[in-house]
Amino acid sequence: MKAKTLDILPEERLENSIPDQKPVFSEMQALAEAHRCFYCYDAPCTAACPTRINVPEFIRKISTGNYKGSARTILSSNIFGLSCAKVCPVEVLCAGACVYHGTHQEPIQIGRLQAFSVQWAYDRDVQFFGKGAPTGKKVALIGGGPASLSCAFELAKLGHEPVVFEKGRFPGGLNTIGVAPYKLHSHVSLREIERVLKIGIEIRPGVVGEDVSLDELEKSFDALFLGVGLGDDSRLGIPGEDLSGCWGALALIEKIKIGKEFSPSSLAHAVILGGGNTAIDAARELAKLGVPRVTLAYRRSEAQMTGYAHEVAWARREGVFFSFLVSPVAILGKDRATGVRFVRMKLGEPDGTGRPKAVPSPGTEFEMDADAVVFGTGQEKRTAFLEKIPGLKLKGGLVDVDDEGRTSKSNYFAGGDCISGGKEVVNAVAEGKRAASSIDLYLNGGRN
Amino acid sequence: MADLSIDFAGIKSPNPFWLASGPLTNSGAQVSRAFELGWGGAVWKTLGEPVVNVYSRYGGMDYRGAKITGLNNIELITDRPLEENLKEIREVKKRFPGHAVIASLMVETREQWREIIKQVEDAGCDGIELNFGCPHGMCERGMGSAVGQEPKVLSEITGWTKEFAAIPVLVKLTPNIGNIVEPGIAAVRGKADGISLINTIKSIVGVDLDRFTPYPYVGGRSTNGGYCGPAVKPIALHMVGSLAREKEITIPISGIGGVSDWRDAAEFILMGASSVQVCTAAMHYGFRIIEEMLEGLSDYMDSKGFRTIADFVGKGARNFVEWGDLNLNYRIAAEISKDLCIGCQLCYVACNDGGHQCIHLDGPGGRVPRVEQEDCIGCNLCSLVCPVPGCITMKEIDTGKPYMNWKEFQKSLARA
Ligand SMILES: Cc1cc2nc3c(=O)[nH]c(=O)nc-3n(C[C@H](O)[C@H](O)[C@H](O)COP(=O)(O)OP(=O)(O)OC[C@H]3O[C@@H](n4cnc5c(N)ncnc54)[C@H](O)[C@@H]3O)c2cc1C
Ligand SMILES: Cc1cc2nc3c(=O)[nH]c(=O)nc-3n(C[C@H](O)[C@H](O)[C@H](O)COP(=O)(O)O)c2cc1C
Ligand code: SF4
Repeated sequence: MKAKTLDILPEERLENSIPDQKPVFSEMQALAEAHRCFYCYDAPCTAACPTRINVPEFIRKISTGNYKGSARTILSSNIFGLSCAKVCPVEVLCAGACVYHGTHQEPIQIGRLQAFSVQWAYDRDVQFFGKGAPTGKKVALIGGGPASLSCAFELAKLGHEPVVFEKGRFPGGLNTIGVAPYKLHSHVSLREIERVLKIGIEIRPGVVGEDVSLDELEKSFDALFLGVGLGDDSRLGIPGEDLSGCWGALALIEKIKIGKEFSPSSLAHAVILGGGNTAIDAARELAKLGVPRVTLAYRRSEAQMTGYAHEVAWARREGVFFSFLVSPVAILGKDRATGVRFVRMKLGEPDGTGRPKAVPSPGTEFEMDADAVVFGTGQEKRTAFLEKIPGLKLKGGLVDVDDEGRTSKSNYFAGGDCISGGKEVVNAVAEGKRAASSIDLYLNGGRN
Repeated sequence: MADLSIDFAGIKSPNPFWLASGPLTNSGAQVSRAFELGWGGAVWKTLGEPVVNVYSRYGGMDYRGAKITGLNNIELITDRPLEENLKEIREVKKRFPGHAVIASLMVETREQWREIIKQVEDAGCDGIELNFGCPHGMCERGMGSAVGQEPKVLSEITGWTKEFAAIPVLVKLTPNIGNIVEPGIAAVRGKADGISLINTIKSIVGVDLDRFTPYPYVGGRSTNGGYCGPAVKPIALHMVGSLAREKEITIPISGIGGVSDWRDAAEFILMGASSVQVCTAAMHYGFRIIEEMLEGLSDYMDSKGFRTIADFVGKGARNFVEWGDLNLNYRIAAEISKDLCIGCQLCYVACNDGGHQCIHLDGPGGRVPRVEQEDCIGCNLCSLVCPVPGCITMKEIDTGKPYMNWKEFQKSLARA
């Protein structure tokens, strides 16, 4: 394998100009909010957290001034306690389940309290966990996103030796280069990852399947974990989509997060295609970067959007315009995009997902000016890579796993977006943890 | 990591946190559940002659949205048969041999004491606690606080129990008394092995404005109850500290009264408690609060370099002196942080109306008040009312004068 190292994050990045939407609480804010918590028993917030953080307990510890213990409670369930506190859609997870909703009052701001405690511990460099007594077992983790890193951390705690292979410039997967800057800046993700790695996780740069073969890995490791996530932006296959000025949403977001060469200030009107959270993120980021007109165009109506309602509300507040029941037919322009031709849509019979299909209304085509067109229409799956693993069962292009993160091959385990098709960072962390217990069982000769 | 285990007058416990005698320790199932979650010991709900309880037993003292800052109860001792309690004590001790199970007892005659002590010893208890504290119901029958308020009787009954008991005897004191040191010394003279305090404080927690009846409401009437919970902590701390600094009190103290989190526990230990007992906080939130208490206390000890509980028992009581021993030349004055101040001006109104009129609103531009430090008497009031942590600090002012207390001051006046 070629000796490579991961990159150093550039100081100047476009994301720097986008401020944190929920800055870490001051002590006064944290105490006031913590005192509001009822300390529910068998709390719904904990049940709603994929990593099952004992939420009432960590909040109670804030209220008793035991900030260190609070961070310990959080991190013992979720080693990405800071990232998750900042990127989790708490509105539909923990805070969404808060009993305050039953009283028509604001739920507890769980994410912000969590960020407060973990940041407190990080500022003081408190290290809670150490490596377990060495077992001599080695595990290769393919992909350096939250799924693999959380799995690797648990394995190290149990005394196994994890080695993470990452093909990108930075560890952390989409937590570093994908999540919106107003939630988490890339350097904060990298700093948290540095702490995670401290337990004794090796990261090796390189593409598994190219720089290092799966055969080699199978030979030198006792078990493998697939945490490869999803792939590049998918396109629609319409004329003009490769013109300059057309972007995949992920590619654009990555430029904003870790680059500065993209220049939003020259744009007059950006059109984002899609109805999911990635499309909304791209739209909000462009609006925050000062693009004067940002339109999100979706082929169904608002009710069918997969993007969260709270995200739509934020986007509207920031001036993003929503255009529903329109579908792009072609991107206009000679050497660069100058507009989009749309056709109006109608809602029809339900499709496989239970949502009504969008069907074009003939003769309703119209054109919209645009100097940037962003495809927020989904991510490819890593099927090509996964299909090369003999005997690995896939399901719709995703790795097929059981309830404990085990694949059809006894020495392969998997978690994160490559098994779910794209959920949240916290799901990836939970699935990484779950797989670590299964790997541990397997390495100890347990059932598999 | 700190070692939390204790040996309290011969009673061994994995940590200093015990459940106080009360509804939490009413059955074996409860005590077992508590031990599983981490509690170190339990003082069983007081055993004695059969009683009957009334319906509606508790009243809560809420303050500005905070529930149960104080709790009032008119509950009596156990209303379950003695045989059942003894059987469950035996089972708990068998399952948790390393945990402390202490039987709280309240009977009248010498014979009754002899009999019940034998029974709880046979059941495997690690110690007994004499309930000389209950301020309602039982005292009308000549027991509970009726004993705790009569040092002579207290000493005598303690003496009986020491004759009969092979296991350590703790005396639980009532705070409903002028000077807590008197019953404390009486307990020592009765040869008690330890002292627990405080039991509840005689109280009426509130009045129903529509039914013209105090709480808790029992069919058109009510009675005085016992007050406990966070609100009584200052009273309890004073009493624990008063015993701890008293030379004649040579036996360990179990601190009770408003302990709700690790900080309260640490404060009681600093004031002289070797174990702490908890009732209201666990009634409010359940046994699960123990996790935070153990962790918080252990982290605190680590941060201070205390290896064992004994390392800091009474460390604060040593600095608890009479007023006349305070340094009259120690001076402080308030200082308001311009950066942190949010301009609520609560400090201004407090000092102007209830302090010494040394905070002024003439600061240049804005709402940040100004302290005239020359006039400030360093009473703390402004810093206590300030809602922003760290905004008003009390700064030491070097007077250049040596330590001088009241007595010395009097002498110096006489000389002059
Ligand atoms: C635009 C966008 C915004 C998002 N915002 C949020 C949000 O706000 N909150 C939230 O909770 N979630 C968000 N998510 C989802 C979240 O980022 C993912 O669910 C999560 O990162 C998945 O983790 P993972 O480890 O499975 O995969 P990834 O994070 O995708 O990491 C996979 C890693 O594997 C590497 N890799 C792949 N193949 C190979 C190979 N062959 N060899 C070596 N390395 C390889 C990749 O380079 C990558 O670093 C967002 C996703 C996107 C796309
Ligand atoms: C409902 C209730 C019942 C109690 N019963 C007893 C009892 O049977 N025997 C006893 O010694 N103390 C009894 N107590 C007093 C407690 O043991 C304890 O001394 C007091 O509540 C102070 O502690 P706290 O502030 O933690 O509640 C009782 C207290 C309450 C609230
Ligand atoms: S807590 Fe409520 S339900 Fe339980 S015994 Fe008391 S009044 Fe009845």
